[in-house]
Amino acid sequence: MMIFAIAARELRSMFLSPLAWSILAVVQLILAYMFLVQIDFFMQIQPRLPGLDNAPGVTEVIVAPLLANAAIVLLLVAPLLTMRLISDERRNQTLSLLFSAPVSMTEIILGKFLGVLGFLFIMLLLISLMPVALLTGGSIDYGVLLAGLLGLALLLASFAAVGLFMSTLTTQPTVAAVSTFGVLLLLWILDWAGSGRSGDASNLLGYLSILRHYEPLLKGVFNSADVTYYLLFICTFIVLSIRSLDAERLQH
Amino acid sequence: MESLARVENLYRYYGDICAVHDVSFEIKRGEVLGFLGPNGAGKSTTMQIISGNLAPSAGLVQINGIDMLDQPKLAKAQLGYLPEQPPLYRELTVDEYLGYCAQINRVPGGKRRAAVDTARQRCGLTEVGRRLIGNLSKGFQQRVGIAQAIIHSPALVILDEPTVGLDPIQIREIRALIRELAGEHSVILSTHILPEVQAICDRVQIIHKGELVLSDTIAGLLRRMQASSLLAAFRRPPAGHELESLAGVQTADPLPDGRVRIHYDPQHNPAEALVQQSVSQQWGLYELIPERMSLEQIFVDITHTESTPDEQTQDQTGVAA
Repeated sequence: MMIFAIAARELRSMFLSPLAWSILAVVQLILAYMFLVQIDFFMQIQPRLPGLDNAPGVTEVIVAPLLANAAIVLLLVAPLLTMRLISDERRNQTLSLLFSAPVSMTEIILGKFLGVLGFLFIMLLLISLMPVALLTGGSIDYGVLLAGLLGLALLLASFAAVGLFMSTLTTQPTVAAVSTFGVLLLLWILDWAGSGRSGDASNLLGYLSILRHYEPLLKGVFNSADVTYYLLFICTFIVLSIRSLDAERLQH
Repeated sequence: MESLARVENLYRYYGDICAVHDVSFEIKRGEVLGFLGPNGAGKSTTMQIISGNLAPSAGLVQINGIDMLDQPKLAKAQLGYLPEQPPLYRELTVDEYLGYCAQINRVPGGKRRAAVDTARQRCGLTEVGRRLIGNLSKGFQQRVGIAQAIIHSPALVILDEPTVGLDPIQIREIRALIRELAGEHSVILSTHILPEVQAICDRVQIIHKGELVLSDTIAGLLRRMQASSLLAAFRRPPAGHELESLAGVQTADPLPDGRVRIHYDPQHNPAEALVQQSVSQQWGLYELIPERMSLEQIFVDITHTESTPDEQTQDQTGVAA
């Protein structure tokens, strides 16, 4: 109950700032361009497709690359959305409103998380309208589309959890944004280490890489291990955020 | 009166610095408690601890018998807190903001509207309900901060320097509001403005370098302020020895402006005898003022010396100037 009150306020405040609107507009514009490029590409290869064995369908050619690109674009954008969650309240000294209200740290963090997640899911909804628009000209593979959207949703939630944690650590939103971006980028390129070789270390790093678990979902492969990876990832950073916020009251 | 909140042996360290050192006190229901001290004395830290914003290094905070550390949610439901910097979301309107505050303070959905209306009315915000907080003047923002603290009608309201940065008229209004709150709520008020304490508090505590150095009622404080001297002015001033011969008078010092300061033994106030003598001897007494130490003096005395406050005030009364 309190969680939703905090989430609703967070979401509302986001839409009261021009940042949220401009991010929505820019992301939509860039992804729409990428989407059109993919459609163009599909139109070019379409005549040759019937001749191929196991030819890729419209979903594989257009939707999967679109969602893959969306993940990269949102990796760049998510830190800007999450940076203000706690750090800005700390800077404006509004945190004491939440601290002196009968609300637990867990409720505060979950409320903030759901608030920003709400915004990210609105963005996801806008992005998913593009593949759905393909229905006007043909049919798409719903399984692949839904698996891809689920993957993107989990990925966005992970971005939000990391960003929220970074925001609890600092008073400066920009510092939170930069460190969130650093962590996300590192998690993305983690599997580059020793990518040519095989071995336990590179397997482990590859396994930890945040985008590695996204690829199967884009292909329509729903593997519970990948989903579990994201859920664990999100839980970890939420617990860390709660601990970090709680530490604010304690000795330092 | 029944005790509402209790603080016992509170300590708080910031690294090696001890900001609050063994502070204990109680606040009774319906009372306004003034927390007085110079800047950096530990007022805000104490307030933050009582409001649950800061964990004490050691000690106990109980609100209405509920321990702040064991059951923070229940304890926090009993209090409203206005920090030094009001915690306002500048992008919201007053109504939206107060609605949100009512929500997170667990005012049930049906009563939320009424709670917002009442708080707005009490704090004189009825006209500005639909305006953005960021566009309001400092005085109104401060009132929104107070409205936020009383929206769930908590038993205890904690206000940290509520009148800082306001103009004199706004200060008067805020003081009247605080006085009014005392009817239903207990109020803890921190300030470094002395007349404010005299104007609105029932009881005063002076904190200095993290320690409570004085805790007294306003009446007790006024008694402390009573210096044992009179200021008298005569048309035809008598000689010093004539005054000193009166019972209880210790010394009579003529002042440059023609008046006489008469120090007396606190047990024997010579005022009555002085008036009688003046009439019979035709000294032409036209002014007789019992002198008082100002609150400032007590404050300075207590906070500028390390000896115990009781001895200090006793010593100082003799030479109050």
